[in-house]
Amino acid sequence: MSEVILTDATFEKEVLQASEPVLVDFWAPWCGPCRIIGPIVEKLAGEFAGKVKIGKLNVDENPASAQTYGVMSIPTLIIYKGGQVAEQLVGVQQESALREKLKSLM
Amino acid sequence: MSVLNVIIIGSGPAGYTAAIYAARANLAPLLFSGLEAGGQLTTTTYVENFPGFPNGIQGPELVLAMRTQAERFGTRIVDEAVTAVDFSSRPFRITAPSGNFEAKTVIIATGASARRLGLESEKALYGKGVSACATCDGFFFKGKDVIVVGGGDAAMEEANFLTRFATKVTVAVRKDTLRASKIMQDRARKNAKIEFLWNTEVAEILGVDVGHVTGVKLKDTVTGAFSEMNIGGVFAAIGHEPTTKLFTGQLELDAKGYVVTKNGTSATSIPGVFAGGDVADFRYRQAVTAAGTGCMAAIDAEKFLESGTH
Repeated sequence: MSEVILTDATFEKEVLQASEPVLVDFWAPWCGPCRIIGPIVEKLAGEFAGKVKIGKLNVDENPASAQTYGVMSIPTLIIYKGGQVAEQLVGVQQESALREKLKSLM
Repeated sequence: MSVLNVIIIGSGPAGYTAAIYAARANLAPLLFSGLEAGGQLTTTTYVENFPGFPNGIQGPELVLAMRTQAERFGTRIVDEAVTAVDFSSRPFRITAPSGNFEAKTVIIATGASARRLGLESEKALYGKGVSACATCDGFFFKGKDVIVVGGGDAAMEEANFLTRFATKVTVAVRKDTLRASKIMQDRARKNAKIEFLWNTEVAEILGVDVGHVTGVKLKDTVTGAFSEMNIGGVFAAIGHEPTTKLFTGQLELDAKGYVVTKNGTSATSIPGVFAGGDVADFRYRQAVTAAGTGCMAAIDAEKFLESGTH
């Protein structure tokens, strides 16, 4: 399974009501560092398939969800657990650190 | 553990160019991309002065193309930041989250990163109105007032860029003159949305209690008087500092922390350790000069390996 493409319309169902932890990558096409973290998130989506849902949200097309969670800088990664924010990470994260973080939240 | 020919630390134009040359010389380089992979180009928009791109190219695109080119010739890229180096014995030892590595030569291309204001409130509000990347985050400041700190080219560029989104952009300059080049000054001065505040420093960023930036506390550098201003975003463009913390005590750095290179080459004070790009250059700091000195470092490393002195 790979990443889920999220929108403001699907956010509630796919993220907040999900039974598993969800990592959301808030990004936009014009953001350089987002292109760095994109492939890392994609790779982790494969590794954690079935255990952690991994989604991408384009903030340009879906400003409401970004605003709800106070995202004012991208890339931002938010990990949700049971509909609540468990972790909010701003800026490019290292693959190994992110992997550990996801393991600890599983 | 096998000893590698060359380890490259850094993934901007210097690191990737070094990797392209080293890989084509069959040195099977290993490159660590680091915490800010891709370097300063990833937070720029159009690069209009890199030869070969007459219509300009997006910075992130340029650096990703360099990465692809380095990989094409067999560079192994590890997307991690090096945590320690030991140049005191040979082979050199490099420590990263995934383990220890040994190499006969090391190329330092760690570049420079944007200097921060150095305030506790800045740290607390990072990503909550304090931004390190105007091109990434300008979008979030639609209809808001923002402040840009600095008087150089980067500050002018950010201020101009932010006027696409912000209602008003205030530029706080510590002195009563700008350091920026004439062309960048003119662009900013002609922009009706930009206002300059001279002799002004940001003493504090306000809003820690509510979790996002609400304003700034300003200090007049002449009178010492404080004032407050309501603002939605803070962008600092007050220069760069070399990323050399890893190397303190390991090789010669100059007073500003840059790696010292010898006699117009990329050689550092440790034979077998070479440096290219902004980490060893406080003067030019261009993508094209970084690529050039990265190339020099790879050629110098190759010569060093051939000489058999390692």
